[in-house]
This record gives sequence, structure tokens and C-alpha cells, in this order.
Amino acid sequence: MIQTDILIIGAGPTGLFAVFEAGLLKLRCHLIDALPQAGGQCAEIYPKKPIYDIPAYPSILAGELVDRLMEQAAPFDPGFTLGERADAVEKDEEGQFIVTTNKGTKHRAPIIAIAGGLGSFEPRKPPVPNLAHFEDRGVEYIIKDPQFYAGKKVVISGGGDSALDWAIFLSDGVAKEVTLIHRRTEFRGHLDSVQKVMDLAAKGKLRLMTNAEVVEAHGEDHLTGLLVKSKDEGMVELATDHWVPLFGLSPKLGPIADWNLNIEKNAIEVDTFDYSTNVPGIYAIGDINTYPGKLKLILCGFHEATLMVQSAFKRIYPEKNLVLKYTTVNGVNGF
Amino acid sequence: MDGMIKVTVIDREGVAHELDGPTDMGMNMMELCKSAELPVEGTCGGMAMCASCHMYVESETDLPEKSGDEEDMLDEAFVVEDNSRLGCQLHLSEALDGLVVRLAPGG
Repeated sequence: MIQTDILIIGAGPTGLFAVFEAGLLKLRCHLIDALPQAGGQCAEIYPKKPIYDIPAYPSILAGELVDRLMEQAAPFDPGFTLGERADAVEKDEEGQFIVTTNKGTKHRAPIIAIAGGLGSFEPRKPPVPNLAHFEDRGVEYIIKDPQFYAGKKVVISGGGDSALDWAIFLSDGVAKEVTLIHRRTEFRGHLDSVQKVMDLAAKGKLRLMTNAEVVEAHGEDHLTGLLVKSKDEGMVELATDHWVPLFGLSPKLGPIADWNLNIEKNAIEVDTFDYSTNVPGIYAIGDINTYPGKLKLILCGFHEATLMVQSAFKRIYPEKNLVLKYTTVNGVNGF
Repeated sequence: MDGMIKVTVIDREGVAHELDGPTDMGMNMMELCKSAELPVEGTCGGMAMCASCHMYVESETDLPEKSGDEEDMLDEAFVVEDNSRLGCQLHLSEALDGLVVRLAPGG
């Protein structure tokens, strides 16, 4: 069991800055994030894009902003549970929250700060009827162990690097048959990967279907075939054991929606006094919250994080008085 | 009216919404839909990086060509047709007056 003072759900810019502000008050933080790295959208969606509205930075790349926030938080030694999604929350007999991830990791804290942005990033699922029925029965959104496909017929959908790389890997003596399906003839992956796929297709080691998409999944208890709509070949029925749709990630509010928090349009309602939710001890900061006049800006997330930790301190230490101390006077004293 | 155009957005229930779009605010179709509280997510904020503002162009409006970024991002959308566009890449200008779009399924 991981114990901390403030359990932050979401390791994006707002969550990371909360670590710093909490640290100034001698509160320890631990962050959970569904992505395998810290930084949230800044790291996952647009690390190379410049941001122009961070005070005192006329321009900073999103990835660089994350690096600097990590550096700023480092003296306060935050813990991280990455690549896991916060799934369930409960309270123990001492009134502390226990948060369990989808992989079973348990965290305990008197305070939860949800800094989840738009939610946790999950694989984008194609709108194919009965898709849910075949999940883990022939349809997988992530390739965890390529040997799982040994001797099997596999169809991969997508036009990015992960689709290309796995098609290349699995067609090299792993799977029995590999088909790569993409909606157009151009791929957005690395040029050498695209060339490799073309070469493998020419040699007959891989079936390449461009200008095509999967429209139906067939089978009883397990996937046995796919119906493909092809601009060149019309409707094609493909026999297959597995289908791996690789269409990138998109954020979903996910299990937090069931935490008995007041939710309006996929955002958590908060009191702007301290960004507390309707559940005492649970706060929501950054893009995931909503209140009259809300703006989804990193700048606003920083402000919300700063006020949130003040309130969290008073909840943890109701008997202590808090005095605002300027970092310029006292410096930053880490743990 | 000067600086205003009319566009029509057909939502996923088939209801047509006629919207007034200002051409002097640097707005795009994704933002216009959001400001009218139509169900367009615009997750990435308009950088052609999430495909959550996928829409079909149903009018004969002469539109600027798709950029490579937009074409790449449509790979992560579903049910992509020849008239598919990302709303965030359609900047409101006089040229878009009379545009009719239909929101793509999902979001």
C-alpha cells in the first residue's frame, strides 16, 4: 500500500505543479496516471508544439514545459504510479481514501486531488457492431505479447507507426498470416517502415489492403472473420483469429464518473473557494473541473492547484495555522 | 451582415442547426460548434491532433485543400469518407458562407 498526503490523479502540468505547491507546505504527493509517462496531453498529444500563454515564457514547447515542471517538483520527491488507471475509491475506518488502479495497486491518502484533464487515455475503438462482444475474444487494442499471435491469422488496422511496426514484426515468422488494413494508400508512419511493409506485401508475406476499413466482426464465442469495405475490391470477408485495431488513444472520463462526484458535461463540479468537490477530501483541478467562468488553460490549473493545497493542508492539520511563505524569502526546502 | 457568415451543422440526430459565424475572430468550425454547444469534443484544442471534430462536408462549398497533418489525423477517425474534414482545420471566412456539414458518428 502506497501512503501519501495528497494522492493526485493525473500527472499532467496541473498535477505536477500541485506537487510543488504541496511540497512548500510539507505535504507529500503521489501521482497516478494511465499513460506510461508524466506530462499528460502535453507529453502524449503535442510535446513538440509551442505554448505561448505561460507567464514569463513567450514560447515554450509542451514537452519542455513538462520537463521543467518535473524539475520544479523534484525536490519534493513525488511518487508515481504510471501506466495504471485509477479505478476505484473507498474509505477506510480511519477516514482515509484507498484508491485502487486497474492493475490492483493500492494507494492510501487523506486527500485526493483529481487532475485528470480530459480523462484517462484509452485506445480509440472503431464503431463496429458487437465489438465489445469480441474484446479479449479475438479483438485486442494493444499487443502485449507478440507470441500470443504465434501461428494465428491476424488483421491489423491503422496507418501509424504502431500498426506498421506490428505488421512488420508479426509477419516475420510469428503469425501464420498478417493483413494490414488502412483507409488510404498513404501512411503517416516512418518512411522506412512504410517501405518495409510495401516490400513484405510485394513478397506476399503480408496482405496489404488500402482504401479499406473493417465494418463488421463475425464469430460466435470468438472472432472468426471480418467484413471489410474496400474501395477497390468491394465487400470482402476475411477469415481471421485476431483483429488488432490501432487507432491511437483518446481521453475518456472513465471510472471517475462513478465516484459519486457531481458531474456536468464530463467535468467535475467544484467550489471555486478551494476547488473542492461535493465529496469532502476530494478536490478537482485543471481541465477536469468546471465552475462558472471556467477556462481550460494550464495557467488556470496552476492557480487552482495552489489554492487546493492550502485547503488540503487545513483538512489534514485542522489545528495548525497556515502562513503564506514566499519562496524568495525561504527558498525551496525539499524532503 | 458584414463579418458574419451562415453555416449549417447537422447533428448526429439529423437536426440542422443554422449558425452565425464571425469571420473576424480567427474561429474555426470546431470552435463554432462548441460555442453553439453542439457535441463536438475538440480534445486537442484545434491542432489537428485528435480527430474528435470529424465532420462531413455536404455542400459544394469550395474549401481549402486538406493539409498533410489533417489527412494524417483522419487516420485516427472512423467512417472516413471523401468529404471528411476536421472542423478545426476549416477556418471561418467569406468562402465558407453557406457551408453545410454533418457531424461524424462517435466523437
